[in-house]
Amino acid sequence: MTDIASPISSEDDGPAAVDKGINWGRIGLGIAAALFLVMVVYATFSDMDGQGLLENTLRGLFGEQFIYFGLAALGLNIHFGYTGLLNFGQAVFMAAGAYGLSIFVVVYDWSFFSAVFMGVVVLPIVLALLLGVPTLRLRADYLAIVTIATAEMFRIIARSPRFDWLTGSSDGHGEFADRFYELSPFEPDQRYLFDLFIGNQMWVVLVGWVVLFAMVGVVYTLMRSPWGRVLKAIREDEDAARSLGKNAYFYKMQALMLGGMIGAMGGMLRAIGTQSAQPQNFITDVTFFAWVALILGGVGKTWGPVIGASLLYGLINFTDFFLRDQDFVPEGLMDGTQVGQVRFILIGVGLVLLAVFRPQGIFGSREEMALDDR
Amino acid sequence: MLRRCAAFILVVAAALSLTPLPAGAQDGETTVGGTVRERGTGPDGEDVPVAGVEITVTDAAGATIEVATTDENGEWLVVLPGGGEYSTSLDQGTLPDGVSLRNADNAVLSFEINEGRTRNVLYPLGELILEEDSTIQIVQLTVDGIKLGMIIAMCAIGLSLIFGTTGLVNFAHGEMVTFGAMVAYIFSEYGLFGGLIGGDWQMHLIFGAILTVLLTGAAGGAFNAIVWSKLRKRGSSLISMLVVSIGFSIMFRYIFLFQFGGRVRRYRDYQLQDTIDFGWFSMTPKDIFIVVFSAVVLLTVGLALQRTRIGKAMRAVSDNRDLAESSGIDVEKVIRTVWIAGGALAGMGGVLFGITETIGWEMGFRLLLLMFAGVTLGGLGTAYGALFGSLIVGVFIQTSTLVIPADMKNVGALLVLALILLVRPQGLLGRAERIG
Repeated sequence: MTDIASPISSEDDGPAAVDKGINWGRIGLGIAAALFLVMVVYATFSDMDGQGLLENTLRGLFGEQFIYFGLAALGLNIHFGYTGLLNFGQAVFMAAGAYGLSIFVVVYDWSFFSAVFMGVVVLPIVLALLLGVPTLRLRADYLAIVTIATAEMFRIIARSPRFDWLTGSSDGHGEFADRFYELSPFEPDQRYLFDLFIGNQMWVVLVGWVVLFAMVGVVYTLMRSPWGRVLKAIREDEDAARSLGKNAYFYKMQALMLGGMIGAMGGMLRAIGTQSAQPQNFITDVTFFAWVALILGGVGKTWGPVIGASLLYGLINFTDFFLRDQDFVPEGLMDGTQVGQVRFILIGVGLVLLAVFRPQGIFGSREEMALDDR
Repeated sequence: MLRRCAAFILVVAAALSLTPLPAGAQDGETTVGGTVRERGTGPDGEDVPVAGVEITVTDAAGATIEVATTDENGEWLVVLPGGGEYSTSLDQGTLPDGVSLRNADNAVLSFEINEGRTRNVLYPLGELILEEDSTIQIVQLTVDGIKLGMIIAMCAIGLSLIFGTTGLVNFAHGEMVTFGAMVAYIFSEYGLFGGLIGGDWQMHLIFGAILTVLLTGAAGGAFNAIVWSKLRKRGSSLISMLVVSIGFSIMFRYIFLFQFGGRVRRYRDYQLQDTIDFGWFSMTPKDIFIVVFSAVVLLTVGLALQRTRIGKAMRAVSDNRDLAESSGIDVEKVIRTVWIAGGALAGMGGVLFGITETIGWEMGFRLLLLMFAGVTLGGLGTAYGALFGSLIVGVFIQTSTLVIPADMKNVGALLVLALILLVRPQGLLGRAERIG
């Protein structure tokens, strides 16, 4: 792994050497900022629905998507940021949360909270064992291949009519979270928080914030515990950690489980928020939204994934609003469905640009952990 | 594919044979009915109606509404009390000897009907061709599997060589396959300039395919020159390059979707062909061509790796990059060649896959996972391993449909991927060394 770029040599002649020439990273950031400014100016002075733009952007920054993907990215941060595991199947952990809840409520008629336990704790542990046992002894890219393959397997199985009785095939399940909304203290038909969220949404968002910040606290505490230090030691040098008598395999497995559980919470909240668990909500590409959020915010930083998810969805909602604006986008260039596809194209471009020009993310530091380190 | 074609033709034939409704269905009545015929067993190959078959119609509560018996024309009809959910059940004991339902699991069918409508229920009779004899079926599926395996191998050799020479797991390799299939489609539909210049030209697929291979080879080389060689020069780590390749994979995939749309397409040439029966198995001429052609290409690649200077250099770099470099091999040149050859092979694989199946924006990504399975099975980084592993994966996928439903056949291949990592992580042909 380290034969091409070791952390030491990269400080001498690695990315630093490029910095002496043209700093493309900074130029790109400048262009993006200028574009952003132009868009804001346009929104202010044209007859565009400025308030709608603001509300959409705020919903992206603090709303439901931020919570779902913040949790998924927080889990990924434990995997990659602290332990160095390349998990490209976080969508399956999210699906475990969503389908764990829906299947046990809809098919097996369990109570809501025991189903929550299955989806958040039991299924992610089982899934982590399935993914980890064959791969965690091997080089990092094997886990990447197996997790991405598992994500595809999930899609095939969940959509198959053969398992309609279990997964509801491509329609999935719906209406399994009524118990959750019964507990809501908000009036369903009223708007809250500057009219941003209607009642049920507000309840999901509130619970989501509590869960998200509780998990940030858990990660913060754990990573400063002896256990967390072992994880970082494994990330930096697995052989060294092993030679100190630490069982790297078990520590990696525990990290995979913990990160998976946090991802499952994100997936479950998504299923609750939309009252549906459908295969297309957990396709392979969903994982990469979480990855972009993680890298954007800063790998290996406690707050990195949370800030990253917030910025990512703020930006997505902001640009979506422009792309859907009929005056801004020339006619015939793209239709409604294509706007959704442009979002994915931009995610791909963003992932490339971040990984190439700013591997430590916006707030990360190279000393702690950057994508480029290993 | 053949199997799917056969099944499709059977279904169409069954549907056609069942369409005319028996007389007596009057407007306003809610009725269910159909015609039970045995397909193609008459003296001149025509369908033969089957009389005396009992079909029971029950309502949603399970109460029997009527037991209908087919008349001498094989027709049956039941008048229903109103709209709602019903199910029909064919009594397989009343079928004549030697005649059976194509799929015995489908004896009971349920349906929903609106008041005043007429509903046709299909009971396709006669076995699937492939179920006549399990040996023939296995041979047929193995042949199909070899064809699929060869296409996977053609795409995967580049993936494996790129990994071997640079250490990069290129997740965007599948998009090179899709790119090849789509470029060939554009050539064959819109001519040389893709409809940009001039009007209504079309190009035969063979010429389109030749141009495509040149173009995807060039694209592979350009991809390396613009992105990967730069990243290698600045000392990017393998993991960050892996993430970059994933970024490109998403970007290209959704650009294809944006431009091409979500629906699958077929080439205008070589669409419908009659199968040739070889006794143990049957194939269309295009499939025979694909198998022979892929075999020649793969053999050439194998020979080139074994005999030519650049081929030997590729293997040397895969084996030990530093040693190769210090013995005077121009590693960057080798890597460039690998990218060009890998791109050309991936494009060719894409065209071949498009000929046997369909062209769609996600085809490459699906194939990529099968390539991973094949390459890992054979041994990541070894060219022969990629070939060997892909063939096994192809055959495994097709023959597994004997046991698991066809829409889940790829799951089997991906399970094999996990299993092989558990017992022999270096792959079948890989050298045992510490890879953790």
